[in-house]
Parts: sequence; C-alpha cells; structure tokens
Amino acid sequence: MAYTFDFSSLWDYAPVLVHGVATTVGLTVAGTVLGVGIGIAGAAARSSGNRPLRIAVGAYVELIRNTPFLVQLFFIFFGLPSLGIRMPEWAAAILAMVINLGAYSTEIIRAGIDATPKGQVEAGASLGMTGPQIFRYIILGPAMGKIWPALSSQIVIVMLGSSVCSQIATEELSFAANFIQSRNFRPFEAYFLATALYLALAVGVRWLLARMGHRMFMKGAARA
Amino acid sequence: MPLVKLSNIRKSFGPVEVLKGVDMTVDEGQVVAMIGRSGSGKSTLLRSINGLERIDDGVIEVDGECVDPSQIDLRALRLKVGMVFQQFNLFPHLSAGENVMLALKVVKKMGKPETRAAAEQALAKVGLGHKFDAYPSQLSGGQQQRVAIARSLAMAPKVLLCDEITSALDPELVNEVLSVVRKLAEEGMTLILVTHEMRFAREVCDQLVFMHGGRIIEQGAPAELFDRPSTPELAQFVGMVEAR
Amino acid sequence: MLEFSLWDILSNLLLAARWTVALSVIAFVAGGVAGLLVLFARVAPVPPLQGAAKLYIELFQGTPLLMQLFIAFFALPLAGIETSPWTSAAVALTLFTSAYLAEIWRGCVEAVPKGQWEASSSLAMNFGEQMRWVVLPQALRIAVPPTVGFSVQVVKGTAVTSIIGFAEVTKVGTAITNATFQPFLVYGLVGLIYFALCYPLSLSAKALERKLHAAR
Repeated sequence: MAYTFDFSSLWDYAPVLVHGVATTVGLTVAGTVLGVGIGIAGAAARSSGNRPLRIAVGAYVELIRNTPFLVQLFFIFFGLPSLGIRMPEWAAAILAMVINLGAYSTEIIRAGIDATPKGQVEAGASLGMTGPQIFRYIILGPAMGKIWPALSSQIVIVMLGSSVCSQIATEELSFAANFIQSRNFRPFEAYFLATALYLALAVGVRWLLARMGHRMFMKGAARA
Repeated sequence: MPLVKLSNIRKSFGPVEVLKGVDMTVDEGQVVAMIGRSGSGKSTLLRSINGLERIDDGVIEVDGECVDPSQIDLRALRLKVGMVFQQFNLFPHLSAGENVMLALKVVKKMGKPETRAAAEQALAKVGLGHKFDAYPSQLSGGQQQRVAIARSLAMAPKVLLCDEITSALDPELVNEVLSVVRKLAEEGMTLILVTHEMRFAREVCDQLVFMHGGRIIEQGAPAELFDRPSTPELAQFVGMVEAR
Repeated sequence: MLEFSLWDILSNLLLAARWTVALSVIAFVAGGVAGLLVLFARVAPVPPLQGAAKLYIELFQGTPLLMQLFIAFFALPLAGIETSPWTSAAVALTLFTSAYLAEIWRGCVEAVPKGQWEASSSLAMNFGEQMRWVVLPQALRIAVPPTVGFSVQVVKGTAVTSIIGFAEVTKVGTAITNATFQPFLVYGLVGLIYFALCYPLSLSAKALERKLHAAR
C-alpha cells in the first residue's frame, strides 16, 4: 500500500507550531545570554591565579561535556526536587541549557584567551591596569572575536539539542510536533515539518550570529 | 615540429585578464626562460601548459597532440609534462626515495624492482643517491628541490616546467639546484623555466621570452635581448634587474 | 512496592550500558565509513557531488538528532523497511555521525597545502590516487584527535535514542526511576556511567592533540 503524504492537515495546527517555535527561540535566547555569561566568568576563573577555583571550574566543564544533555535535564527536573529544589519545566529547560552552554563556552572562550599575545597583557600592565581591567578591556574583546564562529556553532548545537526538552513537557517545537502527530496521526508529516522549521531556525540563528559577530568584534580590526 | 606549441592562449582571473592571447613554440631539446615582472603572466602561462591553470581560450599542443581546453585529458598531458615548483611540494610523509617512487608505482604501474631502480637512478642524477631514506624535513631546501627535480625526471617527461625553482632558497643553496638544471640542459632535456636568475638564463638558455602585461612582447637569443632590448619595457626590466 | 538495593539499580544500569556502547560503536564505525564517502564527494572536483555532500552535511548539522530519529522511525516503514527502535537508532545515528565526521575531515583535508595537490596532479595522479597516497595520509594525522573527540558526541547522542524507545542506559534509568522513585540517585548514576564512558575518550583526544602539536 502506497503511503500518501498529506501536509495540508498541518495547517490547522499553525498556532501550536508558532507557539513551539517561539518557545524554542525563547529558550535559546535565554540559554545563550546566560550561558555565554557563565562562559565568560568561567573562562576568567580558569585563567585566574586561584587554584581551587580553577579546579572547580575545570571539574564543572568536564562533568557537563562528558554527559548527555538529556540526562542533565532529567537530573535537574526529576532529580533536584529530592533536594527540595523544584521548578517549572521551562525553568528546568533553561537551567539545563545555561549549564550546558556555560561549560562549552567556558572551554571555547578560554581557548581564545590562551591565544592572546603575551605582549598585550604586558602592555596593559605597564599602563598600570589591574588584572580584571586587563581582562575586561584588553583580553576579552579580541578573544571573543577569535572564538565567535566556534561559539556560534555551539549555540546552534544547544538550540537543536533543546528539542529533547519536550521530554519534560516544555512546549517547544518538538513538543508541538509530538502534540500534532498524537492528534492527526500523521507523525511523518509532523516531524518533517518540525525538522524543516529547525533547519530554518539554525540557518537564521547562524546568519544572525555572524552579523552580530561582525558588528561587535570586527570594528577597526583588520583581522585576516 | 615543435614539442610545445601554444596558440592564442587567453586566461582571466575574474575581471583581470592575465593572458591576452599568447603564442609560443618550444622545440625539442630547447631551453626556454620566461622572464618579466611579477604579475606579467609568466607563471600562469607556465602552469597552463600542464593544465594546473585551465585556459579560457586557445590551443595547447604537446608532442603533436592537441589539448582541447574544454575536455583536457590531463593524465596523458601530465605524463609528458613534468613540473617543479617554487615551494618544492615534496610529500612530507614520504622519504625522498618514496617521493620519487610514488607516481611510478601508482600512475605508471611499474613493478617494485624497476620502480626502485628508477628512483635510485633519478636521485643519483641530482646527486642525492645517499639520501634515499631521508625525509623532506631532514633535508635542506636545496636538497629538497633536487629531490623534487628527481621526482619529475623519473617519470621521463618530454618537457620539464620549472616555476621559479630557486626563489624560495637561501642564496647559498641556489647554485646546487641551478647546476642540476644546467646538467639537464646539457643532456638535451627540453626545459621551460620561469626564473629571476638572469645570469643563469643568459648562460644556459637558448631562448628568452619576455612577458609584460599578459603578452609576450619580445623573444630571442638571450645575449641579443639583454644587450639590445627593442622595447622600452624590456630595457627598463633589464636595467632594473641589473641594478639589483 | 519492591525494594531495590543500590546494587540492583547499578547492575541494571550497567547491563543497559552495554547497549549504549554497542550502539555507539556501530554508529561510529558505520558512520566513519559513510563519512569517508561523504568526504570524497565533498572534496571531489565535481561541483554537483560537492553540492550534494554540502547539503547532506547541512541537513544533519542543522536539525536536531531527535527529529532525525523520529523521521527514521516513522519514515523507514513508509519506504517499506521494517523498523524497530534499534534499527532506527542505528540508522539515524550512523547518518548523523557520517555528516559530522565528513565535515571534521574536510577541515583536515583542506589543511593539506594546495601545493601537495598540484605536485601530485603534475605527476599525472587522478583524484582518487591523490587522496589515497598523498592527501589522506597527511590529513589522517591531524584528523585523529578531533575524530576521537567526536566519539564523545556519538556516545552522548545515544541517550536521545531512549526517546524512541531504545533500551539503552537512559531509557532503563527512566524505567528504574519510575519503579524506585529515586530520580536523584538513578539519574546521578546514569550520568556517572556516561562520564565513565566519555571522559577517557575526551582525555585521549586531548593527549593526542598535544602529541600532534609537539610533533610539529
């Protein structure tokens, strides 16, 4: 029996899909802003003189990078309530994304910092700047510029990875697809459309991040 | 019949036309040097002879076979035309001997003993018979370039193209490479060289080709061209080179 | 309610981890072979092939693994292929792996200097011969660390297959949680099992990377 594709019935669920896309975008924006913030702090800590702090951040980075996001999410949403820490599913999703992206961006940004020429730091120091000032005004900008492409890819990976948040009933895009196929019994069409939307999101986010990177880090500097 | 015949060769990179209809012939056993400023199109012309640059228009004939630019049989062409590069381009993961043997084995499908013998012979010819097992990183620039020459020679090409083969070398290493080329010339190998070594060109070459702005604007015997340039461009070029 | 000892939980998780490992190995090996084909298409001097490979890579890198799994799970039957969670997981994860590896390896191939291509083509080698004898041997050296590093992503990727019902360690963890009501303990252990699988891979990728830089 030949299968007839029918995408037309998906029209009825447009609002569900819009809600799903919006939620995915919202999760990604929140996850990115907070996650990259943690990454910058983590990278600063990793290159600080404080040894216990360095080790603690290193352990965090390795623990997160070597376990699946889905398990991190389950641990936060199902496991933490045993310790009395409860949160709604969207908060758990954001927290998991922030922790996950935080670990990756710590590592990525640190690589950028390590690539800073020593002379830059020495120049800052001989102008009488303090360590944090040197980090903030001299190291961070060029480092971010250098690693922006890698960070952008990681942000896209985290956005795509957020699809598993449907498993704790966060109403994002793949949740919408699950919902639709449970109603119209056309799983292939539902997932196909959701996949296409994810692809569009990925292309769009990549484009946007490239534009932002150009704006923020390329001014003045003629970087090859 | 000329061994290499180029007719009306044209080539553009984007909007820039680097070869504006070049005609040139090289006879068997001839040693031809192409000179000119950087950007004059001489390297592009040389690289088009073995198809490293695809030409937009014109005809390349090598050894009587016409090479259609649209459907070039590159493999047949390159079996006849060897090439040595400015940056040597030795394969870093292979020893000197293996560099020479690779194409004999893979392309010519020669048996193992013959391959080995041919490689030893080619390396001996450039004075590096004792470096068979050395890796490129263990050789000086001059030695690397001589291995590269041996690698091309072993394929028994009809003509050897040399693209500024001493330009990347320290001055004290230039002569060991040039003397290998001189020996090849004496043995009757057909050579087309792009070079900045004017003294060498004058001494060794039969024919000099001066390129300017994507065209050949003068050609002839070296002594004649150097001593009596008939265009202001060549006169200026000669003056500039001699002032160095 | 049944009482579960810590050992009961752990031993069940470890038994399930076998399937995590098995799926990872299959996806990595099959994905590596498929990835090599995609790589050849991606760098071959044939524009339509390049374009197709580029699209393939973009599709798998631009969409969630979860969606790829769902599509494999629901689309393969439409093409008349019987599926189980096991086959869908293996197929989807293999394709996913092939796309990422092809892209990683493309970077390694492009790191081989252009002069190597020119020298080998001047010696009358064709594309296949150039790849086999000149380019891949050099690209392979620098490809080892990131390839080992990517294996970590494959192992972690297997966790997502729990969602289509493949009984690997995350899925069994969920089942045990539902029986024991000890999510903190169970998911903690599940996480540690993944860590035990992945961390050695991460460490060796890092060590290989250091060795490569030292050798330069």
